[in-house]
Amino acid sequence: MEELIEKLKNEIIEVLNLEDIEPEDIDADDPLFNEGLGLDSIDALELIVLLEKNYGIKIEDPRDGRKIFFSVKTMAEYIIEHQNN
Amino acid sequence: MTNAITTYCNIKDWLIKIDGQTDFSSDEKEFRKFIRAAYRNYKTGYPKFFKMDNLSKLGFLTADILIKRSGIADTYAGEEIGIILSNSSSSLDTDEKHQETINDKDNYFPSPSMFVYTLPNIMAGEISIRHKIKGENAVFIFERFNPEFLYSYITELMAGNKLKCCLGGWVDYYQDHYESFLFLVEQTETVKRGKKAGEYIIFAPKNLEKLFKG
Repeated sequence: MEELIEKLKNEIIEVLNLEDIEPEDIDADDPLFNEGLGLDSIDALELIVLLEKNYGIKIEDPRDGRKIFFSVKTMAEYIIEHQNN
Repeated sequence: MTNAITTYCNIKDWLIKIDGQTDFSSDEKEFRKFIRAAYRNYKTGYPKFFKMDNLSKLGFLTADILIKRSGIADTYAGEEIGIILSNSSSSLDTDEKHQETINDKDNYFPSPSMFVYTLPNIMAGEISIRHKIKGENAVFIFERFNPEFLYSYITELMAGNKLKCCLGGWVDYYQDHYESFLFLVEQTETVKRGKKAGEYIIFAPKNLEKLFKG
């Protein structure tokens, strides 16, 4: 889990072009949107692509996105759960 | 009513010139590094900059330098400022990069954040959002810099008093070839209250041509 969280932090920084943000700046439990990293709706779409491209996980219902992308930790939990299925 | 060019900025050949004077130069000879060095030099302070494509980065930074130095966003209401830009490559650089992400049906992952920049007028939108500019904006495509068109179009917008200030010019980027020339036009009567004769340039095609060449 910890390894996946660190990997995800690096991937998020890379795909979202988060200049000046280091993996250690992101708390695994902090919200990614709004008051957290301040991501927007285009970033959300980019995260959906990331899950599909890097982990082979397709989100069937976009409404689940709010829960899945709440934080890096919830993303990691979703990946573990769906890769094992 | 006559109009005046109150300030202008040229970015090309790894130099940033403001009102004809070199203000920033860099040893970085790669656009991505050069524009990042310039962003830091001018303390731009807008993280979304790094999400933009190269065309928008070039247009945004040139505009940001002029708008902050001139203080027009504090002088005029958002509705009184327009943005009229032009270039020859449109958004072709990003269009081609986006095409590469969808060429292979077995590796089909179009990037949403890249897709949003496959229109040249997005750069005008980025400038508008940052500085709360709400006047008319447009991006025109020409084979080469067209001072006559910019002059007549901007003059027409300002004649009706629809706009009191306009950011205009040329922002072109394609495959690491880049050139930016933006200027601010204001009504001469307004300018005279804050500046002496000689501190502004009459808004005319021949002057635009001259300033464009740097």
